[in-house]
Amino acid sequence: GCFVFKPSTKKRRLSDETAHDFRCASNDSEDTELRFVTCQSLWNQIKSETEQIQENLNKQLLDNLVSFLSRSHSDFQEKTTEWTCRMKFREIPTAALVLGVNVTDHDLTFRGLSDVLQDNITPYVALLEAKDCPGIKNLMQKLMGQLMKCDIDVDSLEDEDCVQVSQNRIRCSMPTLISWYDSVTKKTDSETPSKKRNSSSRHWQSPPVVVIFKDMESFTTKVLQDFIVISSQHIHELPLVLIFGIATSPMIIHRVLPHSVSSLLCIELFQSLSCKEHLSTIIDKLLLTSRFPFKLGEKVLQVLINIFLYHDFSVQNFIKGFQLCIVEHFYSQPLSVLCCHLVDIKKRVYSLSHDQCENVRRLPSFRWYVEKQESGKQIELLTNDSFLKEETEKLLEDLHVYHENYVRILRCLHVFTSSLPKYPLGKQIRELHCACLENRVWETEEYESSLQLARMLNKTDLVTMLQQCVEILMSSSGKEFDRAVEKLKEFLTQFQNLEEASQERDVSISPQKELQKKTDLYHLQKTLLELKESRRSKKLTKFEMLRFEVVDYIDSLVRRYLVPADERTLHEIVYFNAAAVLRGHLNAAPRTALHTALNNPHWYLKNPALRCDGGGISNKAPDICIVYKLHLECGRLINLVDWLEAFSTVVMAAEEPNADAASSDQVDDVIHARFIRAVSELELLGFIKPSKQKTDHVARLTWGGC
Amino acid sequence: MSRPEGMRGSRRSLQVKFVPDEDVLKHISDDAGTKVRKDKAQLSVSVKRFVKKLENISDNEAQEILEEKNYVAALGICAQDPVGNGSNISGGEVYSFQTPKRSNKMAELASELAQTPEKNVAPDHSKCPEKMAKTPQNSKMFLLMRVFSLLFQSKKKEFVSTTPYRLRKRLAAPDPYLESESEYSASCSEEEDEDEQKEVSTVLPDQKTPAKTKAASTPPPRNSLAKKNKEQKMGNLVEEYFEAHSSSKVLTSDRTLQKLRKRRLDQQTLHDLLKNAPLAYAAEIRDLNQQHESLFSKWMLQLHLGFNIVLYGLGSKRDLLEKFRTSLLQDSVHLVVNGYFPSITVRSILNSITEEVLGHTGTFRSPLDQLEFITKRFKEDSSLELYVLIHNLDSQMLRGERSQQILAQLSSLPSIYLIASIDHINAPLMWDQAKLSLYNWLWYETTTFNPYVEETSYENSLLVQQSGSLALSSLMHVLHSLTLNARGIFRLLAQHQLEKKDNPSYPGLSFQDFYQQCREAFLVNSDLTLRAQLTEFRDHKLIRTKRGADGVEYLLIPVDDSTLTDFLEKEDEDV
Repeated sequence: GCFVFKPSTKKRRLSDETAHDFRCASNDSEDTELRFVTCQSLWNQIKSETEQIQENLNKQLLDNLVSFLSRSHSDFQEKTTEWTCRMKFREIPTAALVLGVNVTDHDLTFRGLSDVLQDNITPYVALLEAKDCPGIKNLMQKLMGQLMKCDIDVDSLEDEDCVQVSQNRIRCSMPTLISWYDSVTKKTDSETPSKKRNSSSRHWQSPPVVVIFKDMESFTTKVLQDFIVISSQHIHELPLVLIFGIATSPMIIHRVLPHSVSSLLCIELFQSLSCKEHLSTIIDKLLLTSRFPFKLGEKVLQVLINIFLYHDFSVQNFIKGFQLCIVEHFYSQPLSVLCCHLVDIKKRVYSLSHDQCENVRRLPSFRWYVEKQESGKQIELLTNDSFLKEETEKLLEDLHVYHENYVRILRCLHVFTSSLPKYPLGKQIRELHCACLENRVWETEEYESSLQLARMLNKTDLVTMLQQCVEILMSSSGKEFDRAVEKLKEFLTQFQNLEEASQERDVSISPQKELQKKTDLYHLQKTLLELKESRRSKKLTKFEMLRFEVVDYIDSLVRRYLVPADERTLHEIVYFNAAAVLRGHLNAAPRTALHTALNNPHWYLKNPALRCDGGGISNKAPDICIVYKLHLECGRLINLVDWLEAFSTVVMAAEEPNADAASSDQVDDVIHARFIRAVSELELLGFIKPSKQKTDHVARLTWGGC
Repeated sequence: MSRPEGMRGSRRSLQVKFVPDEDVLKHISDDAGTKVRKDKAQLSVSVKRFVKKLENISDNEAQEILEEKNYVAALGICAQDPVGNGSNISGGEVYSFQTPKRSNKMAELASELAQTPEKNVAPDHSKCPEKMAKTPQNSKMFLLMRVFSLLFQSKKKEFVSTTPYRLRKRLAAPDPYLESESEYSASCSEEEDEDEQKEVSTVLPDQKTPAKTKAASTPPPRNSLAKKNKEQKMGNLVEEYFEAHSSSKVLTSDRTLQKLRKRRLDQQTLHDLLKNAPLAYAAEIRDLNQQHESLFSKWMLQLHLGFNIVLYGLGSKRDLLEKFRTSLLQDSVHLVVNGYFPSITVRSILNSITEEVLGHTGTFRSPLDQLEFITKRFKEDSSLELYVLIHNLDSQMLRGERSQQILAQLSSLPSIYLIASIDHINAPLMWDQAKLSLYNWLWYETTTFNPYVEETSYENSLLVQQSGSLALSSLMHVLHSLTLNARGIFRLLAQHQLEKKDNPSYPGLSFQDFYQQCREAFLVNSDLTLRAQLTEFRDHKLIRTKRGADGVEYLLIPVDDSTLTDFLEKEDEDV
């Protein structure tokens, strides 16, 4: 079933072959080279950025782990022989690493962890996975294989062969491991200075052996128990440290291991950052920044976030989706060549060809822009390429500035909305971002209500928020927000003044004094009504006035800067909006596609004969559709004879014109053959299976589609 | 004014304590200025976000709740996607409950479908009355008539004369012995032939009214009925569910292919017949395929960027991948795996990589070792590149957990590019998150409507029609290598089995009886020699032994009767 094809003349594929694909793929030849280069460099930037983020996020966790590891075997280090220490030695130091359910991201964490450990603590790190260790024997084998390989790496490679051979032969047992460890550490002791200055200087005399169980939950209980019991016997000879990677909750340790075993462990708990925070950071650093020219549209972002939230919680997948967006965008949008950093825009705009200029003119947002210009300029824009280029450059710069401002104001708004009760605009900034991208946020109900809630904030909150906003706006480089900052500062001083004033006024008598005496419900109600009347006419306090002013000012900022991106001219160049494509590639529904093809072949085969209204199907449909449709009418078992007959009835009716003369054996055989084919296709697709329950029956496997 | 306050208070805490009036008043008057606004705000946070609000109060991670509306809104977008699947179909349509079915519904639907072209070809409104008239005519032949009999009693009389007899004749023509229509026309059979009547008695016509449980997909001609039934159906959904699951008894007719007076088709004739039969909608299918072919270079690009590609959708994707291979992969090393091949294993895939691609001669202890070796080699030599095309990644042999794990790990290597196709409806269930992330799939819908010629040609589990020739030839083959006596023994058993073929509860021939018969035919001289022969048969899977309730051993040839007959005929020819 396998066939290998080798090219007859061995052509070496070059590294720029990918660029070649890109070129072939896009139908217009222009600028593809440049586009591909831009795409690649952008992706590389983003990739390194995400790796950086990942590293920073894990730093805390790794630091804690490293300090734990260095602590864990300090006694061993000092070679104390006291009895109490001996007792303690029976306990294996264990780190329980709670990593969350996003199993796919764990690999990266573990890789980082083992790198850090090998750099700082010990060269002896073994990573074990449940699927490699169905029994204790395999586990030991795997463990020793990895440890001894470390040994080779640290040592010179001269005796690789002999170790390689012996690795397969040695009996995998704890004593072997210990003797190996002894020999290794002794060797290190004796020949440290000359040979491995760099590596061993970082490690101690007898570095601990770290065994990482990547997915602790999936290990067989017995294997784990045996390993722990055995190694606890030898813990005073072999400084072992275990690290459990846990996806669910730390309780699992006690559920998997009985008390007698878990008491041999000295467990310390470590918690990694939750994947949601991780995602927030990624979004913050990748999307809400002007560092990268490429942007995601609202729908696309929503698709990515939904895949994350409802399917896998995997940040890696989110980044993968992001990569796909970049590739798609640069691949499908010829003008994406302009999706570059601000410094390059001028050069690239002026090197645009005439066709590309036409492409610009075809952009809906640009046409919309042209329509709003006066007629003279309109003609210029549509006919004069160089004028168009000037204008394009200006517009692109505008877009850039817009985005920068957008992010600032978005953050300011988020400061407000994230502290409102019940978060009408969402708690996370990504929700707010989506809301703002989707449509004019100030026209939404949620925005309205959050403004009203903001008008009820107390002073201390308001002041801290204003201060945060000032900080955010101050951090921007441009002069755009100087006025806004000034204004906000002015508000702050006014609040300050208000405070002083109110302290003076503090002694004023409250009008409710007279109500202190007991009343009944009726009177209370009456007084309240009166009070309400008076309130309505009463003037707002100074603080309230100021608060309104602040909120109104924020509102004005929002209206000015948080215009949805698709109202901006030339937004198509930097915003990727093909959510349907993205979703089709990442979150496909194969069964739905099959369902559509079988129930409504007209969706795919644009033949008028196949068109059918309602839930029905034409009898001219492909055989498999008819057979499928017929089988839907059956129960658990299907009689093949009935099925065949029904099928031939339909097919004969469809072939009506020449059916009169026919009725020969030949036709019948063909129909029979077609039926067989269709049924076996249905079997391949998994709708039916042969059944032994009754002769010439098949069993149905699905219930959908009826 | 005070009511909402109270409500809100009670939601926050369930504590009840006495509050003096003045405190209440003070509390209210303190923020009464903002009260109006606040309440308005509360109201304007509309009901649609109600769920979200509740979650927000109780849980910090509230935005993660499944707010289905947003989800559907965001994921349900499939606008202007030319080859997109009908993702506008809701899950409920694709995955639904079992509903009770009547045995005659299939035939009914068939008859309905048989009528549809007239409607399609002439959707002319002027013809409406005629069409109306036609409906009862055609369905007259079917049981449905009974439902309408009261309604159309008077009309029927006039239509009987105009019934297109020719049509019925034609429908009856292919095989008068097995006319499904006949059984359903029993209720109005004044014109039926005698022999057809006879046939009716052999069938189990389920004479309940089909209309009662008619699905919503009832074709147009019976719209009014469908509507009525739909309402009824909604109400009966629960009852239907339990009805469908109440009895394990299946109501299907007892007819078998045996009774079909048809020549059995073997693989070869089937193939020939299908080859001669014109492929319907060839032009449209070609268009469809051309659309997919335009994506080839994009696939290449995405493969090189680290994604792997999986194709799904109705129709064989073999030709498409083959075309991809011939057009783009000629200059590179590539491996084609026919997953539908019944004896394919992961091991053979790995072997062909190590032996043929990497030129390694040597064996490995386990696939994992082999995988490790491959990984190492590919990491060492960055110029090494391999394209792997797998037809039917979801085939019987490859769908196992371990195979998928190995393939996933293989595909995660940066210089191995995997492009695969899946067909089974449950194929995505093979992969958990870990495997999915290793595979790093990009899904492409490539509905081709091509017949699965190659893929199904290996399935001998399929309909009984084709199994015959294969079983027969193997039977002949094995027996020819045996001694004359052994053949005689087998013959005896076969003959005995054929004699008893009408007895459905025939347990097989008991060993003692068989021994007796063999002795009489001078085929064996002791039961030991017979046992030795039987062991030989059993090893070749020619017979099956079963121990009955009384402890007696019964022998049975696990081949269907027709094959056995054929076999005996052939044997006679030979002798």
